[in-house]
Amino acid sequence: MEKRVLFRSSWLPWALLAPQVAIISIFFFWPAGQALLQSFQIQDAFGLSREWVGLDNFRSLFADESYLESFKTTAVFSLLVATLGISISLVLAIFADRIIRGGLFYKTLLIVPYAVAPAVAGVLWIFMFSPSIGVVAYWLSLLIGFDANYLLNASHAMALIVTAAVWKQISYNFLFFLAGLQSIPKSLIEAAAIDGAGPWWRFWTIQFPLLSPTTFFLLVINMVYAFFDTFAIIDATTHGGPGRDTAILVYKVYYDGFKALDLGGSAAQSVVLMVLVIALTVVQFRYVEKKVQY
Amino acid sequence: MVERRPTLGILAHVIMVIAILVVAFPIYLAFIASTHTAQDIAQAPMPLLPGHNFWQTYSAALNGSGGGAGSNAPVGRMMWVSLVTALVITFGKITISLLSAFAIVYFRFPFKGFFFWSIFVTLMLPVEVRIGPTYQVVSDLGMLNTYAGLTIPLIASATATFLFRQFFLTVPEEMVEAARMDGAGPMRFFWDILLPLSKTSIAALFVIQFIYGWNQYLWPLLATTSEDMYPVVIGIKRMIAGGEGGNEWNIVMATVILAMLPPTVVVVFMQRWFVKGLVDTEK
Repeated sequence: MEKRVLFRSSWLPWALLAPQVAIISIFFFWPAGQALLQSFQIQDAFGLSREWVGLDNFRSLFADESYLESFKTTAVFSLLVATLGISISLVLAIFADRIIRGGLFYKTLLIVPYAVAPAVAGVLWIFMFSPSIGVVAYWLSLLIGFDANYLLNASHAMALIVTAAVWKQISYNFLFFLAGLQSIPKSLIEAAAIDGAGPWWRFWTIQFPLLSPTTFFLLVINMVYAFFDTFAIIDATTHGGPGRDTAILVYKVYYDGFKALDLGGSAAQSVVLMVLVIALTVVQFRYVEKKVQY
Repeated sequence: MVERRPTLGILAHVIMVIAILVVAFPIYLAFIASTHTAQDIAQAPMPLLPGHNFWQTYSAALNGSGGGAGSNAPVGRMMWVSLVTALVITFGKITISLLSAFAIVYFRFPFKGFFFWSIFVTLMLPVEVRIGPTYQVVSDLGMLNTYAGLTIPLIASATATFLFRQFFLTVPEEMVEAARMDGAGPMRFFWDILLPLSKTSIAALFVIQFIYGWNQYLWPLLATTSEDMYPVVIGIKRMIAGGEGGNEWNIVMATVILAMLPPTVVVVFMQRWFVKGLVDTEK
Protein backbone atom coordinates (compact mmCIF):
# COMPACT_ATOMS: atom_id res chain seq x y z
CA MET A 1 0.00 0.00 0.00
CA GLU A 2 1.37 3.39 -0.91
CA LYS A 3 0.31 7.01 -1.05
CA ARG A 4 -0.18 8.59 -4.47
CA VAL A 5 1.31 11.88 -3.37
CA LEU A 6 4.82 11.57 -2.04
CA PHE A 7 7.53 13.96 -0.99
CA ARG A 8 10.81 13.95 -2.85
CA SER A 9 14.16 14.34 -1.18
CA SER A 10 17.43 12.56 -1.66
CA TRP A 11 18.59 12.69 1.95
CA LEU A 12 15.63 13.36 4.24
CA PRO A 13 14.11 9.83 4.31
CA TRP A 14 17.50 8.38 5.21
CA ALA A 15 17.93 10.86 8.04
CA LEU A 16 14.46 10.03 9.33
CA LEU A 17 15.12 6.30 9.22
CA ALA A 18 18.62 6.51 10.66
CA PRO A 19 17.83 6.39 14.42
CA GLN A 20 15.60 3.35 14.18
CA VAL A 21 17.84 1.51 11.74
CA ALA A 22 20.91 2.19 13.90
CA ILE A 23 19.20 0.89 17.03
CA ILE A 24 17.76 -2.24 15.49
CA SER A 25 21.04 -3.07 13.75
CA ILE A 26 23.10 -2.83 16.93
CA PHE A 27 20.62 -4.21 19.44
CA PHE A 28 18.57 -6.53 17.30
CA PHE A 29 20.19 -7.88 14.13
CA TRP A 30 23.69 -8.12 15.51
CA PRO A 31 22.64 -10.05 18.66
CA ALA A 32 20.19 -12.22 16.75
CA GLY A 33 22.95 -13.03 14.26
CA GLN A 34 25.31 -13.78 17.12
CA ALA A 35 22.77 -16.12 18.68
CA LEU A 36 22.49 -17.93 15.38
CA LEU A 37 26.28 -18.13 15.03
CA GLN A 38 26.89 -19.25 18.61
CA SER A 39 24.35 -22.00 18.23
CA PHE A 40 26.79 -23.67 15.81
CA GLN A 41 29.79 -23.18 18.10
CA ILE A 42 31.12 -24.42 21.41
CA GLN A 43 32.64 -21.80 23.66
CA ASP A 44 34.39 -22.22 26.97
CA ALA A 45 32.92 -20.45 29.97
CA PHE A 46 35.34 -17.52 29.80
CA GLY A 47 34.80 -16.88 26.10
CA LEU A 48 38.48 -17.47 25.33
CA SER A 49 38.14 -20.05 22.61
CA ARG A 50 35.38 -21.12 20.29
CA GLU A 51 35.05 -24.00 17.97
CA TRP A 52 32.75 -24.66 15.04
CA VAL A 53 30.67 -27.75 15.78
CA GLY A 54 27.90 -27.60 13.20
CA LEU A 55 24.63 -29.02 14.42
CA ASP A 56 26.14 -30.66 17.51
CA ASN A 57 24.53 -28.19 19.90
CA PHE A 58 21.11 -28.95 18.48
CA ARG A 59 21.75 -32.69 18.50
CA SER A 60 22.78 -32.69 22.14
CA LEU A 61 19.87 -30.37 22.92
CA PHE A 62 17.31 -32.78 21.57
CA ALA A 63 19.10 -35.72 23.12
CA ASP A 64 18.88 -33.96 26.48
CA GLU A 65 16.16 -35.41 28.68
CA SER A 66 15.77 -32.19 30.67
CA TYR A 67 15.26 -30.10 27.51
CA LEU A 68 12.50 -32.36 26.24
CA GLU A 69 11.04 -32.28 29.72
CA SER A 70 11.09 -28.47 29.54
CA PHE A 71 9.10 -28.61 26.29
CA LYS A 72 6.46 -30.66 28.05
CA THR A 73 6.44 -28.27 31.01
CA THR A 74 6.04 -25.30 28.68
CA ALA A 75 3.21 -27.00 26.79
CA VAL A 76 1.32 -27.86 29.98
CA PHE A 77 1.93 -24.42 31.46
CA SER A 78 0.89 -22.42 28.40
CA LEU A 79 -2.17 -24.56 27.71
CA LEU A 80 -3.33 -24.16 31.30
CA VAL A 81 -2.70 -20.41 31.27
CA ALA A 82 -4.43 -19.92 27.93
CA THR A 83 -7.51 -22.06 28.57
CA LEU A 84 -8.06 -20.92 32.15
CA GLY A 85 -7.41 -17.27 31.34
CA ILE A 86 -9.66 -17.29 28.30
CA SER A 87 -12.58 -19.17 29.85
CA ILE A 88 -12.64 -17.14 33.08
CA SER A 89 -12.46 -13.86 31.15
CA LEU A 90 -15.17 -14.97 28.74
CA VAL A 91 -17.55 -15.73 31.61
CA LEU A 92 -16.78 -12.39 33.23
CA ALA A 93 -17.22 -10.51 29.96
CA ILE A 94 -20.62 -12.14 29.34
CA PHE A 95 -21.90 -11.06 32.72
CA ALA A 96 -20.30 -7.61 32.48
CA ASP A 97 -22.04 -7.17 29.13
CA ARG A 98 -25.44 -7.59 30.85
CA ILE A 99 -24.69 -4.92 33.41
CA ILE A 100 -26.00 -1.48 32.66
CA ARG A 101 -25.28 0.43 35.84
CA GLY A 102 -21.84 0.22 37.41
CA GLY A 103 -20.22 -1.46 34.44
CA LEU A 104 -17.40 1.06 34.28
CA PHE A 105 -16.64 0.55 37.96
CA TYR A 106 -16.18 -3.22 37.54
CA LYS A 107 -14.20 -2.76 34.37
CA THR A 108 -11.82 -0.28 35.99
CA LEU A 109 -11.09 -2.62 38.88
CA LEU A 110 -10.61 -5.61 36.60
CA ILE A 111 -7.95 -3.91 34.48
CA VAL A 112 -5.69 -3.15 37.45
CA PRO A 113 -3.75 -6.47 37.32
CA TYR A 114 -2.56 -5.50 33.84
CA ALA A 115 -0.60 -2.66 35.42
CA VAL A 116 1.11 -4.94 37.95
CA ALA A 117 4.56 -6.16 36.89
CA PRO A 118 4.77 -9.97 36.44
CA ALA A 119 7.62 -10.12 38.95
CA VAL A 120 5.52 -8.21 41.48
CA ALA A 121 2.62 -10.60 40.89
CA GLY A 122 5.05 -13.42 41.64
CA VAL A 123 6.09 -11.80 44.92
CA LEU A 124 2.41 -11.34 45.88
CA TRP A 125 1.82 -15.02 45.21
CA ILE A 126 4.71 -16.20 47.40
CA PHE A 127 3.44 -13.91 50.09
CA MET A 128 0.02 -15.59 49.96
CA PHE A 129 1.17 -19.16 49.51
CA SER A 130 4.40 -19.35 51.46
CA PRO A 131 4.19 -22.42 53.71
CA SER A 132 5.51 -20.47 56.71
CA ILE A 133 3.81 -17.06 56.58
CA GLY A 134 1.32 -17.23 53.68
CA VAL A 135 -2.17 -16.43 54.85
CA VAL A 136 -3.88 -18.36 52.05
CA ALA A 137 -1.68 -21.39 52.70
CA TYR A 138 -2.70 -21.12 56.35
CA TRP A 139 -6.43 -21.06 55.51
CA LEU A 140 -6.13 -23.98 53.10
CA SER A 141 -4.49 -26.01 55.79
CA LEU A 142 -6.96 -24.90 58.49
CA LEU A 143 -10.19 -25.20 56.52
CA ILE A 144 -9.68 -28.19 54.25
CA GLY A 145 -6.50 -29.68 55.62
CA PHE A 146 -4.62 -29.04 52.38
CA ASP A 147 -0.93 -28.38 52.94
CA ALA A 148 0.22 -26.24 50.05
CA ASN A 149 3.96 -26.25 49.61
CA TYR A 150 5.21 -24.95 46.31
CA LEU A 151 8.82 -25.45 47.36
CA LEU A 152 8.51 -29.22 47.59
CA ASN A 153 5.54 -30.27 45.49
CA ALA A 154 5.82 -29.91 41.70
CA SER A 155 2.10 -29.66 41.00
CA HIS A 156 1.65 -27.05 43.75
CA ALA A 157 4.46 -25.05 42.17
CA MET A 158 2.81 -25.33 38.75
CA ALA A 159 -0.55 -24.27 40.21
CA LEU A 160 1.14 -21.28 41.81
CA ILE A 161 2.69 -19.94 38.61
CA VAL A 162 -0.40 -20.74 36.52
CA THR A 163 -2.74 -18.83 38.84
CA ALA A 164 -0.36 -15.87 39.06
CA ALA A 165 -0.02 -15.77 35.26
CA VAL A 166 -3.80 -16.09 34.76
CA TRP A 167 -4.49 -13.36 37.32
CA LYS A 168 -2.33 -10.96 35.35
CA GLN A 169 -3.78 -11.87 31.97
CA ILE A 170 -7.49 -11.74 32.86
CA SER A 171 -7.62 -7.96 32.34
CA TYR A 172 -6.37 -8.23 28.80
CA ASN A 173 -8.66 -11.09 27.74
CA PHE A 174 -11.62 -9.50 29.47
CA LEU A 175 -11.24 -6.20 27.60
CA PHE A 176 -11.05 -7.96 24.25
CA PHE A 177 -14.06 -10.18 24.93
CA LEU A 178 -16.11 -7.26 26.18
CA ALA A 179 -15.25 -5.24 23.07
CA GLY A 180 -16.11 -8.28 20.94
CA LEU A 181 -19.47 -8.78 22.66
CA GLN A 182 -20.37 -5.13 22.35
CA SER A 183 -19.64 -5.12 18.63
CA ILE A 184 -22.22 -7.86 17.95
CA PRO A 185 -25.26 -6.18 16.39
CA LYS A 186 -28.11 -5.85 18.88
CA SER A 187 -30.61 -6.67 16.13
CA LEU A 188 -29.34 -10.26 15.93
CA ILE A 189 -29.85 -10.80 19.63
CA GLU A 190 -33.25 -9.12 19.59
CA ALA A 191 -34.44 -11.17 16.63
CA ALA A 192 -33.45 -14.36 18.44
CA ALA A 193 -35.15 -13.17 21.62
CA ILE A 194 -38.38 -12.50 19.73
CA ASP A 195 -38.17 -16.00 18.33
CA GLY A 196 -38.12 -17.21 21.91
CA ALA A 197 -34.44 -17.97 22.45
CA GLY A 198 -33.32 -17.55 26.06
CA PRO A 199 -30.02 -15.99 27.12
CA TRP A 200 -28.23 -19.34 27.35
CA TRP A 201 -29.38 -20.46 23.91
CA ARG A 202 -28.55 -17.08 22.37
CA PHE A 203 -25.07 -17.25 23.81
CA TRP A 204 -24.30 -20.64 22.25
CA THR A 205 -25.89 -19.98 18.87
CA ILE A 206 -25.06 -16.31 18.29
CA GLN A 207 -22.54 -14.71 20.61
CA PHE A 208 -20.10 -17.57 21.02
CA PRO A 209 -19.74 -18.29 17.27
CA LEU A 210 -19.34 -14.59 16.50
CA LEU A 211 -16.67 -14.34 19.17
CA SER A 212 -14.61 -17.15 17.67
CA PRO A 213 -12.18 -14.83 15.82
CA THR A 214 -11.53 -13.00 19.11
CA THR A 215 -11.11 -16.28 20.93
CA PHE A 216 -8.62 -17.57 18.41
CA PHE A 217 -6.68 -14.33 18.45
CA LEU A 218 -6.54 -14.43 22.24
CA LEU A 219 -5.39 -18.04 22.14
CA VAL A 220 -2.31 -17.05 20.12
CA ILE A 221 -1.63 -13.97 22.25
CA ASN A 222 -1.98 -15.96 25.47
CA MET A 223 0.38 -18.64 24.21
CA VAL A 224 3.01 -16.01 23.39
CA TYR A 225 2.39 -14.43 26.79
CA ALA A 226 2.86 -17.75 28.58
CA PHE A 227 6.02 -18.45 26.58
CA PHE A 228 7.84 -15.20 27.29
CA ASP A 229 6.25 -12.72 29.65
CA THR A 230 5.90 -15.22 32.46
CA PHE A 231 9.66 -15.50 32.90
CA ALA A 232 9.52 -12.90 35.65
CA ILE A 233 6.78 -14.76 37.55
CA ILE A 234 8.80 -17.96 37.55
CA ASP A 235 12.05 -16.29 38.45
CA ALA A 236 10.42 -14.47 41.36
CA THR A 237 8.65 -17.55 42.74
CA THR A 238 9.85 -21.07 41.99
CA HIS A 239 13.16 -20.46 40.14
CA GLY A 240 12.11 -23.31 37.90
CA GLY A 241 11.87 -25.65 40.86
CA PRO A 242 11.28 -27.89 42.63
CA GLY A 243 13.98 -29.69 40.66
CA ARG A 244 13.36 -28.52 37.07
CA ASP A 245 9.61 -28.99 37.24
CA THR A 246 8.56 -25.45 36.40
CA ALA A 247 11.52 -24.52 34.17
CA ILE A 248 9.80 -23.41 30.96
CA LEU A 249 11.85 -22.88 27.79
CA VAL A 250 12.61 -19.19 28.32
CA TYR A 251 13.70 -19.87 31.86
CA LYS A 252 16.06 -22.57 30.64
CA VAL A 253 17.62 -20.23 28.05
CA TYR A 254 18.38 -17.81 30.82
CA TYR A 255 19.52 -20.42 33.31
CA ASP A 256 21.79 -22.32 30.92
CA GLY A 257 23.27 -19.15 29.45
CA PHE A 258 23.76 -17.05 32.55
CA LYS A 259 23.93 -19.46 35.48
CA ALA A 260 25.33 -22.64 33.93
CA LEU A 261 27.36 -20.64 31.34
CA ASP A 262 26.66 -23.07 28.51
CA LEU A 263 26.62 -20.41 25.80
CA GLY A 264 26.37 -22.71 22.80
CA GLY A 265 23.52 -24.69 24.30
CA SER A 266 21.72 -21.55 25.37
CA ALA A 267 22.11 -20.02 21.91
CA ALA A 268 20.76 -23.18 20.29
CA GLN A 269 17.76 -22.94 22.62
CA SER A 270 17.29 -19.29 21.59
CA VAL A 271 17.22 -20.34 17.96
CA VAL A 272 14.61 -23.02 18.66
CA LEU A 273 12.53 -20.39 20.49
CA MET A 274 12.85 -17.94 17.60
CA VAL A 275 11.53 -20.60 15.22
CA LEU A 276 8.61 -21.23 17.58
CA VAL A 277 7.71 -17.54 17.83
CA ILE A 278 7.94 -17.07 14.08
CA ALA A 279 5.63 -20.06 13.59
CA LEU A 280 3.13 -18.58 16.05
CA THR A 281 3.34 -15.20 14.34
CA VAL A 282 2.72 -16.74 10.93
CA VAL A 283 -0.37 -18.48 12.32
CA GLN A 284 -1.53 -15.15 13.68
CA PHE A 285 -0.97 -13.29 10.41
CA ARG A 286 -2.81 -15.97 8.47
CA TYR A 287 -5.70 -15.47 10.78
CA VAL A 288 -5.57 -11.68 10.44
CA GLU A 289 -5.84 -12.05 6.66
CA LYS A 290 -8.87 -14.22 7.08
CA LYS A 291 -10.47 -11.68 9.37
CA VAL A 292 -9.99 -8.92 6.80
CA GLN A 293 -12.01 -10.87 4.25
CA TYR A 294 -14.77 -11.49 6.71
CA MET B 1 -30.58 -5.41 27.33
CA VAL B 2 -33.07 -7.43 25.35
CA GLU B 3 -35.46 -8.57 28.02
CA ARG B 4 -35.97 -7.97 31.72
CA ARG B 5 -34.62 -10.78 33.81
CA PRO B 6 -34.10 -9.47 37.31
CA THR B 7 -32.54 -12.71 38.61
CA LEU B 8 -30.00 -12.77 35.81
CA GLY B 9 -29.23 -9.11 36.41
CA ILE B 10 -28.60 -9.74 40.09
CA LEU B 11 -26.55 -12.82 39.27
CA ALA B 12 -24.37 -10.71 36.95
CA HIS B 13 -23.66 -8.25 39.76
CA VAL B 14 -22.96 -11.05 42.23
CA ILE B 15 -20.49 -12.70 39.84
CA MET B 16 -18.71 -9.43 39.11
CA VAL B 17 -18.43 -8.60 42.81
CA ILE B 18 -16.98 -12.03 43.56
CA ALA B 19 -14.54 -11.67 40.65
CA ILE B 20 -13.41 -8.28 41.88
CA LEU B 21 -12.95 -9.53 45.43
CA VAL B 22 -10.79 -12.40 44.19
CA VAL B 23 -8.82 -10.22 41.79
CA ALA B 24 -8.28 -7.46 44.32
CA PHE B 25 -7.44 -9.74 47.26
CA PRO B 26 -3.65 -10.02 46.65
CA ILE B 27 -3.39 -6.24 46.38
CA TYR B 28 -5.50 -5.70 49.49
CA LEU B 29 -3.32 -8.17 51.39
CA ALA B 30 -0.17 -6.35 50.27
CA PHE B 31 -1.58 -3.06 51.47
CA ILE B 32 -2.59 -4.51 54.85
CA ALA B 33 0.84 -6.08 55.29
CA SER B 34 2.48 -2.74 54.59
CA THR B 35 0.64 -1.17 57.53
CA HIS B 36 1.93 -3.65 60.11
CA THR B 37 5.29 -4.41 61.66
CA ALA B 38 7.43 -7.27 60.38
CA GLN B 39 6.76 -9.24 63.60
CA ASP B 40 2.98 -9.04 63.21
CA ILE B 41 3.20 -10.60 59.77
CA ALA B 42 5.71 -13.27 60.66
CA GLN B 43 3.22 -14.96 63.02
CA ALA B 44 0.75 -16.80 60.81
CA PRO B 45 -1.98 -15.92 60.23
CA MET B 46 -1.25 -12.28 59.64
CA PRO B 47 -3.93 -9.73 60.59
CA LEU B 48 -6.42 -8.81 57.87
CA LEU B 49 -7.24 -5.29 58.99
CA PRO B 50 -5.00 -2.23 58.66
CA GLY B 51 -2.45 -1.68 61.42
CA HIS B 52 -0.75 1.42 62.78
CA ASN B 53 2.65 1.09 61.20
CA PHE B 54 1.87 2.77 57.86
CA TRP B 55 4.19 5.77 58.10
CA GLN B 56 7.08 3.89 59.66
CA THR B 57 6.96 1.14 57.04
CA TYR B 58 6.76 3.46 54.08
CA SER B 59 9.47 5.80 55.30
CA ALA B 60 11.73 2.82 56.05
CA ALA B 61 11.12 1.53 52.54
CA LEU B 62 11.63 4.86 50.80
CA ASN B 63 14.82 5.67 52.69
CA GLY B 64 16.19 2.15 52.68
CA SER B 65 16.46 1.95 56.46
CA GLY B 66 14.89 -1.49 56.82
CA GLY B 67 16.74 -4.41 58.39
CA GLY B 68 15.81 -7.31 56.10
CA ALA B 69 18.28 -10.04 55.21
CA GLY B 70 18.11 -9.20 51.48
CA SER B 71 18.89 -5.89 49.80
CA ASN B 72 17.86 -2.75 51.69
CA ALA B 73 18.38 -0.20 48.95
CA PRO B 74 16.25 2.96 49.23
CA VAL B 75 13.01 2.60 47.25
CA GLY B 76 12.86 6.35 46.59
CA ARG B 77 15.91 6.05 44.36
CA MET B 78 14.50 2.93 42.65
CA MET B 79 11.24 4.69 41.85
CA TRP B 80 13.23 7.46 40.22
CA VAL B 81 15.25 4.97 38.13
CA SER B 82 12.04 3.22 37.08
CA LEU B 83 10.40 6.49 36.16
CA VAL B 84 13.33 7.68 34.05
CA THR B 85 13.63 4.27 32.37
CA ALA B 86 9.92 4.02 31.57
CA LEU B 87 9.76 7.57 30.23
CA VAL B 88 12.90 7.23 28.10
CA ILE B 89 11.62 3.96 26.62
CA THR B 90 8.21 5.49 25.97
CA PHE B 91 9.33 8.73 24.39
CA GLY B 92 12.31 7.16 22.63
CA LYS B 93 10.11 4.58 20.99
CA ILE B 94 7.43 7.07 20.03
CA THR B 95 9.93 9.54 18.57
CA ILE B 96 11.99 7.18 16.44
CA SER B 97 8.87 5.35 15.30
CA LEU B 98 7.08 8.54 14.24
CA LEU B 99 10.10 9.54 12.16
CA SER B 100 10.66 6.20 10.50
CA ALA B 101 6.96 5.63 9.82
CA PHE B 102 6.84 9.09 8.25
CA ALA B 103 9.78 8.21 5.99
CA ILE B 104 8.24 4.89 4.99
CA VAL B 105 4.78 6.23 4.21
CA TYR B 106 5.53 9.62 2.66
CA PHE B 107 8.74 9.15 0.69
CA ARG B 108 9.95 7.05 -2.20
CA PHE B 109 13.57 6.01 -1.96
CA PRO B 110 15.77 3.07 -2.97
CA PHE B 111 15.64 -0.10 -0.84
CA LYS B 112 12.44 1.08 0.81
CA GLY B 113 11.02 -2.45 0.82
CA PHE B 114 14.17 -3.80 2.40
CA PHE B 115 14.06 -1.29 5.26
CA PHE B 116 10.37 -1.81 5.71
CA TRP B 117 10.80 -5.53 6.20
CA SER B 118 13.92 -5.32 8.31
CA ILE B 119 12.03 -3.10 10.75
CA PHE B 120 9.01 -5.38 10.85
CA VAL B 121 10.98 -8.55 11.42
CA THR B 122 11.83 -7.14 14.85
CA LEU B 123 8.14 -7.44 15.78
CA MET B 124 8.52 -11.18 15.93
CA LEU B 125 11.38 -11.64 18.36
CA PRO B 126 11.07 -10.39 21.92
CA VAL B 127 14.22 -9.51 23.83
CA GLU B 128 13.98 -12.77 25.79
CA VAL B 129 15.09 -14.95 22.90
CA ARG B 130 18.23 -13.00 22.06
CA ILE B 131 19.12 -12.14 25.61
CA GLY B 132 22.66 -13.55 25.76
CA PRO B 133 24.18 -11.80 22.72
CA THR B 134 22.34 -8.55 23.52
CA TYR B 135 23.93 -8.60 26.94
CA GLN B 136 27.35 -9.04 25.33
CA VAL B 137 26.80 -6.09 23.00
CA VAL B 138 25.69 -3.83 25.83
CA SER B 139 28.55 -4.85 28.07
CA ASP B 140 31.08 -4.41 25.22
CA LEU B 141 29.75 -0.89 24.71
CA GLY B 142 30.24 -0.20 28.43
CA MET B 143 26.54 0.46 28.91
CA LEU B 144 25.85 -1.78 31.90
CA ASN B 145 24.49 0.12 34.90
CA THR B 146 23.58 3.15 32.80
CA TYR B 147 20.23 4.54 31.73
CA ALA B 148 21.29 4.06 28.11
CA GLY B 149 21.92 0.36 28.71
CA LEU B 150 18.60 -0.01 30.51
CA THR B 151 16.55 1.64 27.81
CA ILE B 152 18.02 1.56 24.29
CA PRO B 153 17.91 -2.23 23.73
CA LEU B 154 14.21 -2.14 24.65
CA ILE B 155 13.54 0.66 22.18
CA ALA B 156 14.69 -1.66 19.37
CA SER B 157 11.26 -2.95 18.41
CA ALA B 158 8.80 -2.08 15.72
CA THR B 159 5.42 -2.19 17.47
CA ALA B 160 5.11 1.58 17.43
CA THR B 161 6.41 1.98 13.88
CA PHE B 162 3.80 -0.46 12.70
CA LEU B 163 1.05 1.38 14.53
CA PHE B 164 2.00 4.79 13.16
CA ARG B 165 2.35 3.41 9.64
CA GLN B 166 -1.19 2.03 9.82
CA PHE B 167 -2.43 5.36 11.07
CA PHE B 168 -0.58 7.49 8.49
CA LEU B 169 -2.03 5.36 5.72
CA THR B 170 -5.52 6.43 6.79
CA VAL B 171 -4.70 10.15 6.66
CA PRO B 172 -6.40 11.55 3.53
CA GLU B 173 -4.14 12.32 0.56
CA GLU B 174 -5.75 15.75 0.21
CA MET B 175 -3.89 16.84 3.33
CA VAL B 176 -0.52 16.40 1.64
CA GLU B 177 -1.73 17.97 -1.58
CA ALA B 178 -3.09 20.99 0.24
CA ALA B 179 0.07 21.36 2.31
CA ARG B 180 2.26 21.21 -0.78
CA MET B 181 0.12 23.69 -2.63
CA ASP B 182 0.59 26.08 0.27
CA GLY B 183 4.31 25.60 -0.09
CA ALA B 184 4.94 23.46 3.00
CA GLY B 185 7.97 21.19 2.94
CA PRO B 186 7.92 17.65 4.34
CA MET B 187 9.03 18.59 7.86
CA ARG B 188 6.56 21.45 8.04
CA PHE B 189 3.81 19.02 7.03
CA PHE B 190 5.02 16.57 9.68
CA TRP B 191 5.03 19.12 12.52
CA ASP B 192 1.93 21.12 11.69
CA ILE B 193 -0.40 18.49 10.26
CA LEU B 194 0.66 14.91 10.86
CA LEU B 195 1.73 15.27 14.48
CA PRO B 196 -1.46 17.00 15.70
CA LEU B 197 -3.52 14.37 13.86
CA SER B 198 -1.61 11.56 15.59
CA LYS B 199 -2.37 12.82 19.10
CA THR B 200 -4.72 10.02 20.14
CA SER B 201 -2.44 7.33 18.71
CA ILE B 202 0.45 8.82 20.65
CA ALA B 203 -1.57 8.89 23.87
CA ALA B 204 -2.63 5.27 23.39
CA LEU B 205 0.92 4.20 22.75
CA PHE B 206 2.14 6.18 25.73
CA VAL B 207 -0.01 4.12 28.12
CA ILE B 208 1.05 0.77 26.67
CA GLN B 209 4.74 1.62 26.46
CA PHE B 210 4.90 3.23 29.89
CA ILE B 211 3.60 0.04 31.48
CA TYR B 212 5.89 -2.05 29.32
CA GLY B 213 8.89 0.04 30.37
CA TRP B 214 8.01 0.23 34.05
CA ASN B 215 7.37 -3.51 34.38
CA GLN B 216 10.50 -4.75 32.58
CA TYR B 217 12.23 -7.52 34.44
CA LEU B 218 14.66 -9.82 32.62
CA TRP B 219 16.62 -7.10 30.89
CA PRO B 220 17.23 -4.83 33.92
CA LEU B 221 18.03 -7.93 35.96
CA LEU B 222 21.03 -8.50 33.71
CA ALA B 223 21.91 -4.92 32.80
CA THR B 224 22.10 -3.56 36.36
CA THR B 225 24.40 -4.83 39.07
CA SER B 226 24.78 -1.77 41.28
CA GLU B 227 22.10 -0.90 43.81
CA ASP B 228 21.67 2.69 42.72
CA MET B 229 20.60 1.62 39.22
CA TYR B 230 17.96 -0.93 40.22
CA PRO B 231 14.49 -0.24 38.88
CA VAL B 232 11.91 -0.88 41.57
CA VAL B 233 10.76 -4.23 40.13
CA ILE B 234 14.31 -5.57 40.37
CA GLY B 235 14.66 -3.98 43.80
CA ILE B 236 11.75 -6.07 45.10
CA LYS B 237 13.31 -9.22 43.71
CA ARG B 238 16.62 -8.41 45.43
CA MET B 239 14.80 -7.58 48.64
CA ILE B 240 13.25 -11.03 48.96
CA ALA B 241 16.62 -12.70 48.43
CA GLY B 242 16.89 -12.97 52.22
CA GLY B 243 14.61 -16.02 52.27
CA GLU B 244 11.11 -16.21 53.71
CA GLY B 245 12.23 -15.95 57.30
CA GLY B 246 14.74 -13.14 56.84
CA ASN B 247 12.54 -10.77 54.86
CA GLU B 248 10.86 -7.77 56.41
CA TRP B 249 7.61 -8.50 54.61
CA ASN B 250 5.97 -5.25 55.60
CA ILE B 251 8.68 -3.30 53.79
CA VAL B 252 8.59 -5.66 50.80
CA MET B 253 4.82 -5.18 50.55
CA ALA B 254 5.11 -1.40 50.92
CA THR B 255 7.53 -1.50 47.98
CA VAL B 256 5.06 -3.65 46.04
CA ILE B 257 2.34 -1.05 46.58
CA LEU B 258 4.68 1.77 45.60
CA ALA B 259 5.85 -0.13 42.51
CA MET B 260 2.34 -0.69 41.21
CA LEU B 261 1.08 2.81 41.93
CA PRO B 262 2.39 4.73 38.87
CA PRO B 263 1.34 2.17 36.21
CA THR B 264 -2.05 1.71 37.91
CA VAL B 265 -2.66 5.45 37.94
CA VAL B 266 -1.75 5.64 34.25
CA VAL B 267 -4.03 2.73 33.30
CA VAL B 268 -7.01 3.86 35.35
CA PHE B 269 -6.91 7.54 34.47
CA MET B 270 -6.02 7.04 30.82
CA GLN B 271 -8.40 4.09 30.46
CA ARG B 272 -9.85 5.21 27.14
CA TRP B 273 -6.45 5.47 25.46
CA PHE B 274 -5.30 2.29 27.17
CA VAL B 275 -8.06 0.24 25.59
CA LYS B 276 -7.43 1.88 22.22
CA GLY B 277 -3.71 1.21 22.58
CA LEU B 278 -4.27 -2.47 23.37
CA VAL B 279 -6.52 -2.95 20.38
CA ASP B 280 -4.27 -0.98 18.00
CA THR B 281 -0.95 -2.55 18.94
CA GLU B 282 -2.27 -6.04 18.41
CA LYS B 283 -3.60 -5.54 14.92
